[in-house]
Amino acid sequence: MQAFLVKRLGVGLITLWVVTVLVFSLIQLLPGDVALALSGEERDPAAMAYVREKYHLDQPVLVQYLYWMGDALRGEFGTSLKTNLPVDDMILSKIPVTLQLAVFSMIWALGIGIPAGVLSALYKSRWPDHLANAVGLSGLSIPNFWLGILLILVFAVELQWLPPGGYVPLSEDPWENLASMLMPSFVLGSGIAAVIMRHTRSAMLGALGADYVRTARAKGLAEKVVIIKHALRNALMPVITLGALEFGQLLSGAVLTEQVFNIPGFGKLIVDAVFTRDFQVVQGAVLFTATMYIALNLLADLAYYLVNPRLRG
Amino acid sequence: MSRSHRPTLAALLALPLLAFAPTAPAEAQTLRIGLAEDPDVLDPHQARTFVGRIVFQGLCDKLIEYGPDLKLVGQLATGWSWSADNLALTMTLRPDVVFHDGERMDAEAVKFNIERMLTMPESRRRSEISQVDRVEVIDPLTVRLVLKTPFAPLLAQLADRAGMMVSPKAARELGATRFGAAPVCAGPFRFVERIAQDRIVLERFDRHWDRANFHLQRVVYQPIPDATVRLANLQAGSLELIERLQPNDIPTVRRDRRLRLSEVTGFGYQGITFNIANTDRSATPLGRDPRVREAFELAIDREALNQVVFEGVHTVGNQSVPPGNPFFTDLPIARRDVARARQLLREAGVPQPFPVELMVATTTDGQRVGEVLQQMLGEAGFAVSLRSTEFATALDQQTRGNFQAFHVGWSGRVDLDGTLHLNTHTRGALNDGKYSNPEVDRLLDAARTTNDVAQRKTFYDQANRIILTERPRIYLYHLKNLVAHSARVSGFTPNPDGLLRLQGIRVAAN
Repeated sequence: MQAFLVKRLGVGLITLWVVTVLVFSLIQLLPGDVALALSGEERDPAAMAYVREKYHLDQPVLVQYLYWMGDALRGEFGTSLKTNLPVDDMILSKIPVTLQLAVFSMIWALGIGIPAGVLSALYKSRWPDHLANAVGLSGLSIPNFWLGILLILVFAVELQWLPPGGYVPLSEDPWENLASMLMPSFVLGSGIAAVIMRHTRSAMLGALGADYVRTARAKGLAEKVVIIKHALRNALMPVITLGALEFGQLLSGAVLTEQVFNIPGFGKLIVDAVFTRDFQVVQGAVLFTATMYIALNLLADLAYYLVNPRLRG
Repeated sequence: MSRSHRPTLAALLALPLLAFAPTAPAEAQTLRIGLAEDPDVLDPHQARTFVGRIVFQGLCDKLIEYGPDLKLVGQLATGWSWSADNLALTMTLRPDVVFHDGERMDAEAVKFNIERMLTMPESRRRSEISQVDRVEVIDPLTVRLVLKTPFAPLLAQLADRAGMMVSPKAARELGATRFGAAPVCAGPFRFVERIAQDRIVLERFDRHWDRANFHLQRVVYQPIPDATVRLANLQAGSLELIERLQPNDIPTVRRDRRLRLSEVTGFGYQGITFNIANTDRSATPLGRDPRVREAFELAIDREALNQVVFEGVHTVGNQSVPPGNPFFTDLPIARRDVARARQLLREAGVPQPFPVELMVATTTDGQRVGEVLQQMLGEAGFAVSLRSTEFATALDQQTRGNFQAFHVGWSGRVDLDGTLHLNTHTRGALNDGKYSNPEVDRLLDAARTTNDVAQRKTFYDQANRIILTERPRIYLYHLKNLVAHSARVSGFTPNPDGLLRLQGIRVAAN
């Protein structure tokens, strides 16, 4: 067990180090001069020189990397070059937003995708199957940006049932929080629902044709029990793996949806920072999401190790 | 389900009181403003973006202010006078003014602020007031700024961020980095909170010297970069006012009875900057021969460009300020003349089609302007290739001289010096084309030395005539500041500088 943990942890740390090198190198590749981008309209040469000196931009790249790594190891991500706000505060303020959006989107995705996939498999080549396929294909084909604008125009501008966007913290107004999350999570979830529906359908078709289902039916079990307890339970294994992957991706932000619904999440944070060359924010935010991703993977490996006796040798 | 439509317990409890309510319409306490960008650091001495200046209008009073008629009026200062040699500006300060932390705004505070801008390494105001040699405190309400050389644009600088006073106590205690996260000024609203990319909240400051003219309790600035989403938020009632409405959304606003449109032509300009002498890329007939640049201008139909791309909303122009500005030079805009353009190219010995690379921004407007220009110039003997470049990169390319022609603009300043000296003088920080003409330099320097507006205008008129002949830049149009607001909002007065002033604004309740 210890050897397994040490090995996994070692791999995780090496991955993290590779991520820091990659993020740092990619930012160096960005065209444009950070000091110039931050100098403002008047471009005062003295102010530009100060920015270069303060952020070690006048030093070799390796020295810049070591400065940044040194700070990062001490848990200091510095302050945003654009706003002077502490980067760790900015990251912390995005966690509840992104987490909530991801959870709500997954609720939509699983709530729509799994039942639609099951129905589609049960009524193969009949109208419920065709309908589910058509809806699923639409979910995959409609761009989030367009669907988001459409929903805003209908439900916020015309009907005025829901707010057009923004984020209200749960602690401030739970009702408004739910209302503001409804549309963006649906937009994000609908795309994932389509993928989940397709996977559920094919897994269910496989399961329904399997020997153990035939045996269950031969034993005289009720059809509902056969479908839910025997076929679906087994068919869900790959779907859960897929769901976990999609969830992990949602946690690193959903740029377009956040932009349309004006949700201050991770995606918006990173993209805005790239455009303004606020490299302190980009590096901090990417390192944070990468750490989370690797930590989640480590936990998943650990769980797999605990539930799978074959791995324990 | 939205906050504005949900009956609240408070509203239900208030029902019995309606019988005793006064007949005047009820007022909402909060104004929510949709901004096109997220402002940068909220310290007026470090800030560098246009959108930040919008927020400072509510947060930080200045020594002097410009009215909608572009006349200077007192704000924290009630009066000012120049010495006979124009080397000293004496200002009388408004009595009983306090900062948001209760500290006194007096002559010592002004001295601290000017010195902060001149010495703080993070300062972005240094170049704007670099002619100030020292500040003398005459008495608690009188301060004198002594200059190294006469500098007429100083008043205009003091009517912008360089004139915004911050609390010396807070600035000392918080330091340059932390002050911007919790600014303390002397404006009508005090800072409450900022959530990056989400909102900036200000609250009424009850000890403000002009509090009777500010009727709002709270102002919330929300950055919403997408113009369509910004308008949708206004239509849905989640915002009361938005800035930088897109011209093609004007009909939507006009059709909606719940909305109002406000428009005024801004000080800034949009145009084509040529590379005249910045690195080898300038070594083409376009950079070296004014006749080729004249042909370039004669190929362009500014009105058609304005109609096609902007539905005719903006104001076409041929210089850095629009008509109506005190320093506008009355010179006719060149009309499109394709035959003359081709003839000029022939006279310059340039083979046709003559290849030109035009750098444009990756924005929708930038692309569309580029395409229209490409078409017009193509008919006059130019073969224009467009280089769409993301803005931070384009800025870098421009500074390094890696461009031939660049479609770019400038938000403008009330005083022409803040535009022309920066982008046309040989030593101007924004003169990336490296245009240089000693006579233009002399005229622009001379315009700084006198406070007589008429005399300054003659210097600028002469400079403009040379610039319009040599064409280091072709000015195309001046953007109109388009603001849309809810019909419930009253008392909003647009200003050519595009900054949203909050005095007099009322918001009627739903």
